[in-house]
Amino acid sequence: MIHSLFLISNAGDLFLEKHWKSVISRSVCDYFFEAREKAVEPDNVPPVIRTPHHYLINIYREKIFFVSVIQTEVPPLFVIEFLHRVAETFQDYFGECSETTIKDNVVIVYELLEEMLDNGFPLATESNILKELIRPPTILRSMVNTITGSSNVGETLPTGQLSTIPWRRAGVKYTSNEAYFDVVEEIDAILDKSGTAVFAEIQGVIDACVKLSGMPDLTLSFMNPRLLDDVSFHPCVRYKRWESERVISFIPPDGNFQLMSYHISAQNLVAIPVYVKQNISFFETGSSGRLDITVGPKQTMGKTLECLVVTVHMPKVVLSANLSATQGTYNYDPVTKILVWDIGKLNPQKLPNLKGSLSLQSGAPKPEENPSLNIDLKIQQLAISGLKVNRLDVYGEKYKPFKGVKYVTKAGKFQVRT
Amino acid sequence: MSASSAFSDEKGGSASEPEYGHDPASGGIFSSDYKRHDDLKEMLDSNKDSLKLEAMKRIVAMIARGKNASDLFPAVVKNVACKNIEVKKLVYVYLVRYAEEQQDLALLSISTFQRGLKDPNQLIRASALRVLSSIRVTIIVPIMMLAIKEAASDMSPYVRKTAAHAIPKLHSLDPEQKDQLIEVIEKLLADKTTLVAGSVVMAFEEVCPDRIDLIHKNYRKLCNLLIDVEEWGQVVIINMLTRYARTQFLNPNVNESLLEESSEKAFYASDDEEDEDKKAEVTTLEKRKPYVMDPDHRLLLRNTKPLLQSRNAAVVMAVAQLYFHLAPKAEVGIIAKALGMFEPYLKSFYIRSTDPTQIKILKLEVLTNLANEANISTILREFQTYIKSMDKDFVAASIQAIGRCATNIGEVRDTCLNGLVQLLSNRDELVVAESVVVIKKLLQMQPEQHSDIIKHMAKLIDNIQVPMARASILWLIGEYCEHVPKIAPDVLRKMAKSFTNEEDIVKLQIINLAAKLYLTNSKQTKLLTQYVLNLAKYDQNYDIRDRARFIRQLIVPTDKSGALNKYAKKLFLALKPAPVLESPFKDRDHFQLGSLSHLLNAKAAGYQELPDWPESAPDPSVRNVEVKDSIPDWSKCSSRKDRKEKKVEKPFYSDSEGESGPTESADSGNCGESSASGSDESGSGSESEESREETESEEEEEDEEEEKKKRKKLDKTKAKKQAEESAERCAIHTIHQIRTIAPSGSIKMYELLHRITGEGLAVEYCFSRQPFSPDPNMVAVQIQFTNNTNSETKNLHIEDPRLQSGMRIREFAEIGLQPTGESVTVVMGIDFCDSTQAANFQLCTHTRKFFVSIQPPVGELMTPTFLTENNFKKEQGKLMGMNEILEKLTLGEKCVNEHVIVERVTATANLSRVPCGSDKECRFAGKTVSSGCLVLVTVTTKEGGGAQLTVNCEKMVIGTMLVKDILQALSQ
Repeated sequence: MIHSLFLISNAGDLFLEKHWKSVISRSVCDYFFEAREKAVEPDNVPPVIRTPHHYLINIYREKIFFVSVIQTEVPPLFVIEFLHRVAETFQDYFGECSETTIKDNVVIVYELLEEMLDNGFPLATESNILKELIRPPTILRSMVNTITGSSNVGETLPTGQLSTIPWRRAGVKYTSNEAYFDVVEEIDAILDKSGTAVFAEIQGVIDACVKLSGMPDLTLSFMNPRLLDDVSFHPCVRYKRWESERVISFIPPDGNFQLMSYHISAQNLVAIPVYVKQNISFFETGSSGRLDITVGPKQTMGKTLECLVVTVHMPKVVLSANLSATQGTYNYDPVTKILVWDIGKLNPQKLPNLKGSLSLQSGAPKPEENPSLNIDLKIQQLAISGLKVNRLDVYGEKYKPFKGVKYVTKAGKFQVRT
Repeated sequence: MSASSAFSDEKGGSASEPEYGHDPASGGIFSSDYKRHDDLKEMLDSNKDSLKLEAMKRIVAMIARGKNASDLFPAVVKNVACKNIEVKKLVYVYLVRYAEEQQDLALLSISTFQRGLKDPNQLIRASALRVLSSIRVTIIVPIMMLAIKEAASDMSPYVRKTAAHAIPKLHSLDPEQKDQLIEVIEKLLADKTTLVAGSVVMAFEEVCPDRIDLIHKNYRKLCNLLIDVEEWGQVVIINMLTRYARTQFLNPNVNESLLEESSEKAFYASDDEEDEDKKAEVTTLEKRKPYVMDPDHRLLLRNTKPLLQSRNAAVVMAVAQLYFHLAPKAEVGIIAKALGMFEPYLKSFYIRSTDPTQIKILKLEVLTNLANEANISTILREFQTYIKSMDKDFVAASIQAIGRCATNIGEVRDTCLNGLVQLLSNRDELVVAESVVVIKKLLQMQPEQHSDIIKHMAKLIDNIQVPMARASILWLIGEYCEHVPKIAPDVLRKMAKSFTNEEDIVKLQIINLAAKLYLTNSKQTKLLTQYVLNLAKYDQNYDIRDRARFIRQLIVPTDKSGALNKYAKKLFLALKPAPVLESPFKDRDHFQLGSLSHLLNAKAAGYQELPDWPESAPDPSVRNVEVKDSIPDWSKCSSRKDRKEKKVEKPFYSDSEGESGPTESADSGNCGESSASGSDESGSGSESEESREETESEEEEEDEEEEKKKRKKLDKTKAKKQAEESAERCAIHTIHQIRTIAPSGSIKMYELLHRITGEGLAVEYCFSRQPFSPDPNMVAVQIQFTNNTNSETKNLHIEDPRLQSGMRIREFAEIGLQPTGESVTVVMGIDFCDSTQAANFQLCTHTRKFFVSIQPPVGELMTPTFLTENNFKKEQGKLMGMNEILEKLTLGEKCVNEHVIVERVTATANLSRVPCGSDKECRFAGKTVSSGCLVLVTVTTKEGGGAQLTVNCEKMVIGTMLVKDILQALSQ
């Protein structure tokens, strides 16, 4: 299936290659570079690129292109999902998935890739199994290894590989048993000029950090499970219990994992926590324009909006911006034409405002369209959908674990049209 | 893991201490005299593992950067047997990378792997096989083959999985090995572990995807294992099974219409008793049996459905394409929610300015396809915002989308056209040009009504510069010059003026316009045309010169002009078909959804065509699994009903097992659990039935001793119980028990829900043989609920019936409350349409839902009819030939007299006795419940225990099945 993998930085540096069958020359990436150039933005690179003898399927993540080489028919999503899994594994191992960390840990990366695919077909992708085969680097361990010459590589087959719960390793032991769940919701929305939502939906995930000894069997229930419309689960979750009782019943993997993701569709009314009053206009003459943006709270359920950022992709003819912000800082990058206004915490008493003039390239016609605004924000201690975890029960083990649930709401793809 | 680290510690310790002065690593840095990689070679030759490891790490880093490290091969390969596992692994990495280039040296390492293959540690065996099979050196093919064969029967499933992975490797190295490899695949396909399943199917797909015969016996197992297979394997298996299903099952959608017709007929047939009608129906039935989904087909659909909730998008997509290609149309909707398709999700496809281009184009396509009369205004409003986007390619795509909406939805054509005309005054020329092109296409559909737009376009020619748009306008004016008779010549005049400065495509259209005007309005345009043609004659472009010469010959009559001249008008002004505005994504339906080929709309190497459905279904019995005893049992199965029930219920139970897979398999094997419940069940059975006699329980024990899945039927006058025990419970995950309850004599109770599966709720049912008063065409089914739980069961009711087309169900009224320990009996009606297909539905309590199914024995599909002897003979006379089935039989020992025969027959089928003069003959008559067809049964006894059975019924299927059941009853 997957013949080879090339990692290419955003700057175009091909810094890692790995082949699972016979070697394919890295010159195959020229086709990728060609497409990359044509796409202008890295996001616009087509995920599947056809070359005379191969197909290149790529993803762009953390400023790295993961370019895989395919020779025969394979579902493209299969490859894309796998590449994402590779990136997630790196993140899991090294704390972040970046060019630097991959270069620093190139041997472990290579060992991981070797275990994750055999002859191009996925072999071990579960984090718990991989960690038994190849231990993640820690400062202490790498020091000990240097002195003793002992290795990072496991010598026996990970227990999970043969069990029916491959995601959990056996013999887990903790002195303090803890289980934390983060309910993270992102609002995807499009607001029109007048501020009404053309479309809004919620994408939620529940991230878990479970550090429990032994083989605990957990049941997580919600106060209002009916809210959840379209759900997908980590393989550990029993579909049947969800179908019949609307509870999440599972034997958790050890450590961090994403328990489930859900989607609350546009049919339900989605609360929009923020409103934007904006007036951006370009004048016919004088090569200038005006900008006036005010942000205020809408349906925040009594919580504070934090980390508020407004991003505007200006038309190409905008040369500079001369603005003043009543709160926060703004920055206009004349190369990328992106205006970023970092507001921070929203004070409902004194609404932040950004106002001033824009200067345009002289002689150029005034832009057809006003740029749309992208909003970023964060609300702590609130799941905007109203989803509430009811309780977590532990079966199969005697101890009483420490349990915690955290809620946070963020703006996902939140766009205001102007 | 602590043991292993201790082990490596020991290794580290046992190695001799390094002499720091000799550290070649540091030497390498400072000494420029070292040859390339000499420092690394020295480190590899040292006897200290940490140095070797360091060297290997640096070498692997080189490989990762794509630098050539092949000259180190001899130094590295020496370390293949190194005790340090990390060094070893890195050496493996190196070997696999360079073995192809250094074949001779690579052979040195082979013996190490051969030794590794025998190692007691399964991880070492597996990795030895992995590396051995990854070394692409042809000379070791026989060794690989042997290793794969051996590993395929390894105790460890992990090693067997590795063997499955090795198969395609060897196949690509030496395709000659295919036949031997197929044998290994066949063997591994039979493997029962989830670990192996995905990998071996992958091997199957790469080596012998056309050998679907290998799948038959493993089909049900693969379906049942699916939910527990790792996600990557799931994708491969689902894709393969999609293809398999296309070759083995019938198209669930093909005779949808036909089916409705025939079922309707069957329904009406009960009202009007005209024989002819019925006969006609029988013949159609014969020709084309109504579509009945193969239970195996259903099994696949059912077992893949929960995977829609997988976190892995590839799995979700695989299930979606499976439903798309295999499911009845009505069920395809379930994938919509998970995928976010279809109308209610319209707004999810609204486009943000920050979306990547390919996403924008796809969303636009979806929006266009979702557009209909109801939502078009919303969509058009949305499109209007897209037209203002800064991304001009996207704007062009949006305009085309508007054009497509306009062609698809007649009502909004004018609105769209007006919108597009407004765009003509857009500042951006690209936008205008694209609009002109689209407007041209739209106008071609109804030019008469839009001469004002054509006029408007004619005015545009003064301003618009994009050649394609100019060409489009000129074509439009030429084509519809009769609608704008005054403007057209004027446009030609202007164009003649600017001819020399125009682009080639515009010039061609000017010539075209001139020719058309010359033909329709030569008075005004003759000179202009001559002028244009003269200009073209001396054009630099030979296409234009050619065109000018060609057109002149055609339109200007001269002495030499040929016969074509008089047809010139017809040639130029022929009515042209309106263009179809097509989706850029059309024409790829023939590829399997979600495949690379589908995405690219071109066949990728190794793509397996999705076959068309077969005309008639291949033999479904090929999928029956060869389990001991089951074959003889199937063939001489005691009754049709039994066989049917097993067939249907098997997937059903396995499914529920499968769904809870992770749960149960987590702590105990499925087998253990079901056999435990099985013994529990038979235990409870023996306690509850006190009326049983000693001899019977002995017999039953005998049964168990024999461990045979055999139905033991005891004489009804004495015995009240039948038990069926399954010997291979584990294999089929089902326990089935039928027994007759003592008080009601010949009425058998069937189990609908066992109290263990039902979590305390036990449900039994019987065919009460009472007419079902609310609807005489329904069979009455009496259902008894027993609540064995400690709490009340509430709101017992039926949900979600899944019936074959034509079948109907009348639910019992909801049971509001059922106290602990109590039993409640209700009656429901089912119209089985005179078939023994099961009625599937969900039994719901206030907390749970259970999938259950009721399947009638053929004898329960009829109701007694009273006939006189003469009537009987008359009716029998009408049902001769194909409608009569004769069968000879030997009566069982206990069928000593007429009385017993009557009892046996009436127990098997719900018929009434017809008075008869002869004591050698017993006659019975009945009607099928649903369609009211007569069923006549005659048993003629002969001397010496012989007998002849005659069944007359126009429903031949019913006749055949009934014969079997009665034969069975009488020969016992």
